[in-house]
Amino acid sequence: MFPPQFEYYAPNSIDDAVALLSRFNGEAKVLAGGHSLLPLMKLRLASPSVLVDINRIPGLSYIREDGGHLKIGATTRTNDLLDSALLRKSYPILTDAAQEIADPLVRNLGTVGGNLCHGDPGNDLPACMLALGAVMALAGPQGARTVPAAQFYKDTYVTAVEPTEMLVEVRIPKSVPRQGTAYHKIEKRVGDFAMAGAAAKLVLDDDGKVTAAGIGLTGVGPTAIHAVKAAASLVGQPADEAHLRNASVVAQGEAQPATDLRGPAEYKRAMAGVLAYRVLTHAVARAKGGA
Amino acid sequence: MAAMARPVTPAASLMSPSGPLTRVEITINGQLYSAEVEPRTLLVYFLREVLGLTGTHVGCDTTNCGACTVHLDGRPVKSCTVLAVQANGRQVRTVEGLEVGGKLSPVQQAFYEEHGLQCGFCTPGMMMTATALLERNPSPSDAEIRDAIRGNLCRCTGYVNIVKAIKAAGKKMQSPPTAGGGA
Amino acid sequence: MSAEAPHVKGGIGQSILRKEDARFIRGKGNYVDDVKLPGMLYLDITRSPYAHAKITAIRTDKALKVPGVLAVVTGKDLEAAGLAWMPTLMSDKQMVLPTDTVMYQAQEVAAVVADSRYAAADGAAAVEVDYEPLPVVTNPFKALEPGAPVIRTDRAEKSNHIWHWETGDKEGTERSLSGSEVRVAQDLYIPRIHVSSMETCGCIAHMDSVSGRFTIWMTTQAPHAIRTVFALVTGLPEQNIRVISPDIGGGFGGKVPVYPGYVLASVASIKTGHPVKWIEDRSENLQADSFARDYHIHAEVGATKDGNVSALRVKTLADHGYTDAAANPSKFPAGLFHIITGSYPFAKAFVEVDAAYTNKPPGGIAYRCSFRVTEAVYTIERMMDILAHKLNVDPADLRLKNFIPPEAFPYKSALGWTYDSGNYAGALRKAMEIIDYAGLRREQAEKRKKGELMGIGISSFTEIVGAGPSQTFDILGIKMFDSAEVRIHPTGKVLARFGTKSQGQGHETTYAQILAEELGIPADDIRVEEGDTDTAPYGLGTYASRSTPTAGAAASMAARKIREKAAKIAAHLLEVSPDDIEWKDYAFRVKGVPTKSKTMAEVAFAAYTNHPKGSEAGLEAVDYYDPPNMTYPFGSYICVVDIDKDTGQVKIRRFVAVDDCGTIINPMIVDGQIHGGLTMGLAPALLEEIQYDEDGNIHGGTFVDYLLPTAVETPNWETAKTVTPSPHHPIGAKGVGESATVGAPPAIVNAVIDALRPYGVEHIDIPIHPWKVWQVIHGGGKPA
Repeated sequence: MFPPQFEYYAPNSIDDAVALLSRFNGEAKVLAGGHSLLPLMKLRLASPSVLVDINRIPGLSYIREDGGHLKIGATTRTNDLLDSALLRKSYPILTDAAQEIADPLVRNLGTVGGNLCHGDPGNDLPACMLALGAVMALAGPQGARTVPAAQFYKDTYVTAVEPTEMLVEVRIPKSVPRQGTAYHKIEKRVGDFAMAGAAAKLVLDDDGKVTAAGIGLTGVGPTAIHAVKAAASLVGQPADEAHLRNASVVAQGEAQPATDLRGPAEYKRAMAGVLAYRVLTHAVARAKGGA
Repeated sequence: MAAMARPVTPAASLMSPSGPLTRVEITINGQLYSAEVEPRTLLVYFLREVLGLTGTHVGCDTTNCGACTVHLDGRPVKSCTVLAVQANGRQVRTVEGLEVGGKLSPVQQAFYEEHGLQCGFCTPGMMMTATALLERNPSPSDAEIRDAIRGNLCRCTGYVNIVKAIKAAGKKMQSPPTAGGGA
Repeated sequence: MSAEAPHVKGGIGQSILRKEDARFIRGKGNYVDDVKLPGMLYLDITRSPYAHAKITAIRTDKALKVPGVLAVVTGKDLEAAGLAWMPTLMSDKQMVLPTDTVMYQAQEVAAVVADSRYAAADGAAAVEVDYEPLPVVTNPFKALEPGAPVIRTDRAEKSNHIWHWETGDKEGTERSLSGSEVRVAQDLYIPRIHVSSMETCGCIAHMDSVSGRFTIWMTTQAPHAIRTVFALVTGLPEQNIRVISPDIGGGFGGKVPVYPGYVLASVASIKTGHPVKWIEDRSENLQADSFARDYHIHAEVGATKDGNVSALRVKTLADHGYTDAAANPSKFPAGLFHIITGSYPFAKAFVEVDAAYTNKPPGGIAYRCSFRVTEAVYTIERMMDILAHKLNVDPADLRLKNFIPPEAFPYKSALGWTYDSGNYAGALRKAMEIIDYAGLRREQAEKRKKGELMGIGISSFTEIVGAGPSQTFDILGIKMFDSAEVRIHPTGKVLARFGTKSQGQGHETTYAQILAEELGIPADDIRVEEGDTDTAPYGLGTYASRSTPTAGAAASMAARKIREKAAKIAAHLLEVSPDDIEWKDYAFRVKGVPTKSKTMAEVAFAAYTNHPKGSEAGLEAVDYYDPPNMTYPFGSYICVVDIDKDTGQVKIRRFVAVDDCGTIINPMIVDGQIHGGLTMGLAPALLEEIQYDEDGNIHGGTFVDYLLPTAVETPNWETAKTVTPSPHHPIGAKGVGESATVGAPPAIVNAVIDALRPYGVEHIDIPIHPWKVWQVIHGGGKPA
């Protein structure tokens, strides 16, 4: 119930935070919302000797369109996603996902950065970033670098972020006309980790053909799954039921579920398909101007 | 509510520390407090043990139950998953801060009138979440209420009267205050 | 009630607001962890990661070096004081700390005392223990096979079989079943669950060596029984032991047992001379405290082809963990499981239960179920639906056809219980009307044509509560009466103390209402206290819905004793003979001249200032009530579910609960109990379970995995009542706290199975996860 001792720093800038992470080289963990890290420390499943609290760094919490991207700062609270009219209008996938995460209290402190960097295959935002083709912007002792979402998730609790780096921003390609996005999830009980979740982005041309697609899956593999084959099967095709169903079957095949307390592998695989279909259908409806 | 200029330093110390201490200054229910704590001190224990504000409860160890809900800079959060040092320089409001000048808040009054509590253990956290909800949206639907309190577990009431209480409190907040009442 | 009718403010039947709320809504409740004593120390516990292992070494040197740590206690220390083992409530024994072998994962292995919680936790993490794993037994069937590793090597009989218990007519039931025109049989498993009240368990033990007084603040539902058990186990003189049960954040049966932590804190206090506080974490609560249920049931029903039930046979294997730490009355190792003939007049019945040891935490407690009544009701209500399906009749019709009729009460069941009163058809018909049962069946027929899945499930339960009459009931030999001590002060105000202990049920209000009704004094003028064994009269505590049937009755009886004396004082004041006085419309009145009267308040004043010559001053009474029988609340619940065919998710669309608890003291409080109980019935049906893998590792040992219902899963429960008073209770009340937990699970399961009729499935074991439903729909019948 009580975390072990640690040293605590609350730097006021990204440079200072990175300097601390470098100084303690692997012994330090970033503290953002703390709602993944502190529970682990309270159960003594994680015992970093240093915490670097990044909540005091100004200018790290924002949601804005800038140039060709939607940019979200690392310490943006998950509830801020729900409050954003911009997201609701142009990137509803993130509104959908935010609504599914944990509970409103956790979301008041939990951050977008934390949800992206924790590396739990049950986190909801990673699949969304895979579907959206997002890019993660990191800061480290060697300077700034970016990693596409598709290369960000390596294994359970293992991401591309080095122990001396921190996420500062996630960049999502700006929404275009006739783009539809959505996220659907099923769980045993509200706020629990997914039995399965699916994220989709589709862009249609004037004839209703798919010009771009991205699909991500939650909870059906060691990491969020980037269903590239399923997305590829849609590009250049009409966004009709037959093609959406086919894409769902392909997505189902790309899942790598394991049996656990959230369901048998066979069930999760089937649900990946069910949710892929639902989320693609919803994305199409939104691309055509629906809700 | 303006904080007092000179902070109160609680006499109680939390522990014989096994490491260096950090000074925190936190405004709680409008009163500024100053204390030295280990960085690992959880906000809920700071409130309960250093300040003696035992109205905020601990019901679990995995950030699920919500019995520890307080307001941090106006937003309801689970104080068992916040370090006291993270609240340094910030405003905290607990259940003890709901009653003002001897007058119960509309949420407190409504929980009493609608039998929204039985054992009372989840109640402070539940009321803090309800208060924050109604401050943002004084007329939520039943579904919105149930969603807003999904991070607050109750084992006694089955939630029916809690939802009624929150709805009734919202109505109270929208009409002019009347004299009297109170448990 | 009309403005004309005489009534007392806060009397029986009024939904007065709760007196106890004043402190809770201000965050001024006084729970055990809120109590702080000067010089108080803290205790934390090192626990075993293994389910079954020999302890080869315990090293405490690192722990003792942790700043703030003052002492470490191990099994060897306790053994020297004869405290390594202690008795359970079922006359088995359990370890406080092991001396050589641990028998379940999360078992207590060492205790650390420190000057702060954080230091105690650091100390507990620093105790080093070497283990040699032993073979683990988690399957109770395998535990009883020859050659299975013996867990309890301390027992003379080297076996994992604890006891066998049976009741009923074995041969007669066999003959009846063999000759039945229709027979159905089903295996049913009710998994382990946990009460998981929002407040975990804990205590502050304080041995004051100067005065010799031992005081313990404890999360306990039965403070007096605890005091006596402590006296017997420790040898401390009982008059020097004080158990204080302050505000309790939910009990539900989980705060009845004596957990090792309580004993360890007491030992630590005696050893250090300081008060010692122990508060368990939620993980400890879920992983080590007594579980509930874990019954493997095989049930058979025999009936005529017209659907009249005739025979019931049940064989059960009870998994008790490593010791029988159940909290049942001593004569009933399987609790009141033999209420299992339920609301139906089975002529022949036979029940047998065998209990087995496994490498799991001990138990099982009576979780809001009056001793295994949930298990019994689940079984019979599932079997009635299975029988209805076999006969191809509507399950409501089958029940209405079979119900024990109102004129049959008091009704003696084939398994020996005498039900006090009931009107089963009345409750079911009311529920059917409220929910428009016929309309729902029509809707279901339409939906079935379209392949949509909708189900309707009924549960018509009979409960048995109010333990209990002294010839049959005792806990460790102490009879299960309960008590009320009522004193009226000169100014007509009342102080009343009880042997029970509320954990949220509202006793400060409801007992005041009973007394208000009996004494004619407004409930606002009556203060109720419970929980301090120095002042409260002896009682067996609050669980098994027993408070109203026992202590509530005691309140009435004490009040009537007071009225008897008060009548004489009234006569004295009114200068008439006591024979000319009657208690009418809440005052003492001269017969025939009702305006010549005295109120109880006026009499109370006189009791201290002008009492009749030859009598005693004062106005008080105590009553120890030995109930003549149990009480039998009942009800009918109807649940409607819709199922998502693609995902198997079950949604409760509507749930109507008609309850009959006899006389209703406070309708608002009764409804609150039912709402809470229904949610506690939904939980095991759809969400909650504790499982163990082959190595005895627990799954579902934190709130991350042990999923309680939130306000989102919980539907808007609809409640209604019928009122069939108990003929033997002074105010006709029966108790209601547990009815809903007992009645709800089979209603929900019956609804799901009903929805899945097109797939031919007969049963799905709870909790009904979405994938179990999906497997039936998509996998051809049998769910994993």
